[in-house]
Amino acid sequence: MKSPRVLPGFPLALGYTLVYLALIVLIPLSAVFLKSATLSGEQFWAIISAPRVVSSYRISFGISLLAAAINTVFGLIFAWVLVRYRFPGRRIVDALVDLPFALPTAVAGIALTALYAGNGWLGQWLQLAGIQAAFTPLGILVALTFIGLPFVVRTVQPVLEDLDIELEEAAASLGADRWQTFLQVILPVLSPALLTGFALAFARAVGEYGSVIFIAGNVPLVSEITPLLIITKLEQYDYVGATAIAVVMLVFSFTLLFLINGLQIWTHRRHGRITG
Amino acid sequence: MSAHVAARWTTPAQRFEKNAATREPAWVKAALMTVALLFFGLFLLLPLATVFAEALRKGWQVYFAALAEPDARSAMVLTLLVAAIAVPLNLIFGLAAAWAIAKFDFRGKQLLTTLIDLPFSVSPVIAGLIYVLIFGAQGWFGPWLIENDIKMIFAVPGLVLATVFVTFPFVARELIPLMQAQGREEEEAAIVLGASGWKTFWYVTLPNIKWGLIYGVVLCNARAMGEFGAVSVVSGHIRGRTNTLPLHVEILYNEYQFAAAFAVASLLALLALLTLVIKSFVEWQGRQSMHTSQNISEVIQ
Repeated sequence: MKSPRVLPGFPLALGYTLVYLALIVLIPLSAVFLKSATLSGEQFWAIISAPRVVSSYRISFGISLLAAAINTVFGLIFAWVLVRYRFPGRRIVDALVDLPFALPTAVAGIALTALYAGNGWLGQWLQLAGIQAAFTPLGILVALTFIGLPFVVRTVQPVLEDLDIELEEAAASLGADRWQTFLQVILPVLSPALLTGFALAFARAVGEYGSVIFIAGNVPLVSEITPLLIITKLEQYDYVGATAIAVVMLVFSFTLLFLINGLQIWTHRRHGRITG
Repeated sequence: MSAHVAARWTTPAQRFEKNAATREPAWVKAALMTVALLFFGLFLLLPLATVFAEALRKGWQVYFAALAEPDARSAMVLTLLVAAIAVPLNLIFGLAAAWAIAKFDFRGKQLLTTLIDLPFSVSPVIAGLIYVLIFGAQGWFGPWLIENDIKMIFAVPGLVLATVFVTFPFVARELIPLMQAQGREEEEAAIVLGASGWKTFWYVTLPNIKWGLIYGVVLCNARAMGEFGAVSVVSGHIRGRTNTLPLHVEILYNEYQFAAAFAVASLLALLALLTLVIKSFVEWQGRQSMHTSQNISEVIQ
């Protein structure tokens, strides 16, 4: 039903929103695409498929996927413990889950490096076991896991909180044990949220720069991430090269953003149907 | 009805643990708790503790000397300045966007909401790059800026722009769902009763969205003060001139002045902890007022 507009300010609010969005976000982002359009198709392809660039995709996307997967498993356990169990200090643990959002990435980067370096609190034990974490791809995995940690916890937590106890009681009364209930009743309800959290953590990890560069070692072909490659090209005044790689990353991020949006709409619908 | 009220006042954990049908065996619970707390200690607590331990490794004197150093102080001033410009800009935008999206119907609303979230999915490095492409020496406005002797890149305006970009969605994405959930009736009533648009906003809307607004601003501010990748691209790293606190941390660290780097980093870590405290408080406040309004509506019904 369409009702006549009673409230004032629509043209001003929407106009301001659109102008500000265009000036800060849309026009500047279009610069990347316009700049790369000065390249011929062949030149563009040569830049984005150079061996050093391709290996940076493998490192960035591969390790980000792995970190997001780790976060999905541990994020679910974490959310479960926070929602279902009481223990002393639970509120503090709950609040600190957001630390990776709040802590500047450069601080996280140097802290993780100090922690995992050969003489660090954890690094010295790992070294005894023959594992070197800092300045290797394993270090990148540690940093990206840290960065993505809150996403899965924070998307799963509210769904778990709203889950009706009747659902699980019914499963139990029909003879399901706790594990069967989890697999066949709880997990299907949580899966859209898990998938959303996974995608958010993955998207964040792919673009991450600050927390990674300190711990990565940044060896070309081994531990050089794509965002760092863009910076390297910029420092060599290779604006065209930096822009071409940026286009690849942007196309990927935008695709993922629209997938995540679709997922969230789906989650709301499913979630609404089950609890409401 | 009474069961319903009782359910609201017991936490989910209590409900699930009291009921034998929805309770895990003790060893499962112990195992899950151990895994979660180990993960928590390894990935959250230890990095945080490292910052402070490394900062104080050489004693308080070195710690305070690192903070009192002129380059560190100008980095603090610059960080505060950048946040003082970027946060209000995004606050005004967030209010305008939420007012338009939550209080009116128009085509393309879903698309607009998605576009507002766009900066979150862009790598910070690219957020810096786009302003170099526009305002840099080789950029769209580069020659014109040089002719008129205006510095955007490797200067404060570039830092502000990059920061505005990366913190763009914070306030808007808190306010839009909140104002959508609150509906339009209260504002419409105020207008019908003769209040002006601004009065309605100040006395009806603003008190309703107060906590969400603070929440968004606090998160926006934390990111604005802590941003590294985007400002790193546009800063040029000129000491005492275009160095924000996170960039200053990087410079000190790369010069092997670890104690000083961690001393400055500990300031940023304290800011992060303060942000989390305010965030938790605001969430608690929000939950309180939700309980109250639920109870009131139950009493009325």
